Amino acid sequence: MPKEKKTLNLNFGPQHPAAHGVLRLILELDGEIVEHADPHIGLLHRGTEKLIENKTYLQALPYFDRLDYVAPMNQEHAFALAVEKILHIDVPIRAQFIRVMFCEIGRILSHILNITTQALDVGALTPSLWGFEERETLMTFYERVSGSRLHANYFRTGGVHQDLPRGLSEDIAKFCQNFPKVINDLETLLTDNRIFKQRNVDIGIVSKQDALDHSFSGVMLRGSGIPWDLRKSQPYECYDQLEFKIPIGKNGDCYDRYLCRIEEMKESVKIINQCLAKMPTGPVKSLDGKISPPPKKELKESMEALIHHFKLFTEGYRVKKDEIYVAVEAPKGEFGVYLISDGSSKPYKCKIRAPGFSHLQSMDYLIKGHMLADVPAVLGSMDVVFGEIDR
Amino acid sequence: MKNLSDLEKKINSELATKVKTTKINHSHICINIENENLLEVVLFLKNNNKTKFKQLIDITAVDYPENERRFKLVYLFLSHEFNSRILIDFFINENEIVSSLTSVFPSANWMEREVFDMYGIKFKNHPDLRRILTDYGFVGHPLRKDFPLTGHNEVRYSEDNKKVIYEPVKLEQNYRNFDYESPWEGTEYIKKQTKK
Repeated sequence: MPKEKKTLNLNFGPQHPAAHGVLRLILELDGEIVEHADPHIGLLHRGTEKLIENKTYLQALPYFDRLDYVAPMNQEHAFALAVEKILHIDVPIRAQFIRVMFCEIGRILSHILNITTQALDVGALTPSLWGFEERETLMTFYERVSGSRLHANYFRTGGVHQDLPRGLSEDIAKFCQNFPKVINDLETLLTDNRIFKQRNVDIGIVSKQDALDHSFSGVMLRGSGIPWDLRKSQPYECYDQLEFKIPIGKNGDCYDRYLCRIEEMKESVKIINQCLAKMPTGPVKSLDGKISPPPKKELKESMEALIHHFKLFTEGYRVKKDEIYVAVEAPKGEFGVYLISDGSSKPYKCKIRAPGFSHLQSMDYLIKGHMLADVPAVLGSMDVVFGEIDR
Repeated sequence: MKNLSDLEKKINSELATKVKTTKINHSHICINIENENLLEVVLFLKNNNKTKFKQLIDITAVDYPENERRFKLVYLFLSHEFNSRILIDFFINENEIVSSLTSVFPSANWMEREVFDMYGIKFKNHPDLRRILTDYGFVGHPLRKDFPLTGHNEVRYSEDNKKVIYEPVKLEQNYRNFDYESPWEGTEYIKKQTKK
């Protein structure tokens, strides 16, 4: 009589602390070995793309904060760039540096969260306590500049909403001075930690070819040794004026991806410092009255300003008929916006390309043959956030 | 990305019969093809030494309800080696079936599932064409232009039944779509009259 194969189906999530949100993972287990993984996503689907089609360009922007809510401004950046490219608007230099600076703050926010929760998933509690203290500081920078800690809604087509408040650049500089020490502290806890290495080294190895075939981007791609970063290879905004290195992994396992993120944070600090040093004074948004609203002071005096204000906040600005794909290097990988405008003040179609979508898709390929306990480690190193995957 | 026009010429000459039009728009090569040539074109772009579009970035569709061939399918590819991006598109009608790219790019799997879920476009030889983002048992295809923004069903916890129940959407006030266009340029109904 042939031996019957017995597998066990296990539901991982949607309410599992290591699922990093609302992931339902159906695992087919043979003993403790995972034979097949079927991620069920969409539990956080809010129909962002449909909503954007029904909002003006100004109203559409806040939805981007709610995608990858760990690094909100990086998403806004992609949308703002897409609209600017269609409209051929030049962004003032100061605004460019402010935007890049806050994108790098977003990168640090995201990487701290990822590294520390990855450590949490494999059993280390302290890094998350230390890391979240720093995140808190960074979020106060968000709050001071935009009024909210998380959903900033700060970038605008043609610049940013308002200039940095007094004293903020000094505080950011102070943070940049102290933060490398915190990274070192985190590293002393994790980098040579025996348990952390046992759980991550040689787990979830991705070869170069597979990384390409599975549409990986960001750290998932660089961890496998492919030197590709949109900030360097297809520079947008003022990244070509800044000096930074792109850390690359060797083995493509969870541990290399962790190391890449640590190094990227150090590079981000360098970028922020350069932004602060190079930032000139001047306007922070486009001076085109048809795109950015007039200063409040003018509203009482200038008829034209009043009309502009009224038109911008009712109809919104119109965007000529065009089609564009713009990608930025978000902390998690290539975040893209494919925008079709039809000449009205609302986008005809806005497809959001979320990096986590293709990363999570490869869960089955990554986890096949691994132990059940490796699932959180692999999931943690992929850096998934369901806001952007489910959209 | 300075060789973009060379690349465009190359693609045009090699795939002359299959490519309908090409253009360069916002530093992307955009090529328009026919549905049935998709696999051949993609295989060529992936494997040819001069193109090497080794990475599939995204697949999406656009709905133009007024067109006879209603949906436009859009494929985005990236070549790391030549640092260039290409966009392939073609129009299909509602009942046409598109060949799946899963055999060429494994990552096409979920992207095609999403297009199927959102637009109801079917893919040939797809290993697992289920809905992906919408609820279990969802009816309709939300990103079609004729799907209402508010949806058809809403969910709530019913104290009587002690479980989550589905009900038709009831709104105190309907979603209002204001027409802000300037009266000097003519509102929608005046434009229609003047066109005649």
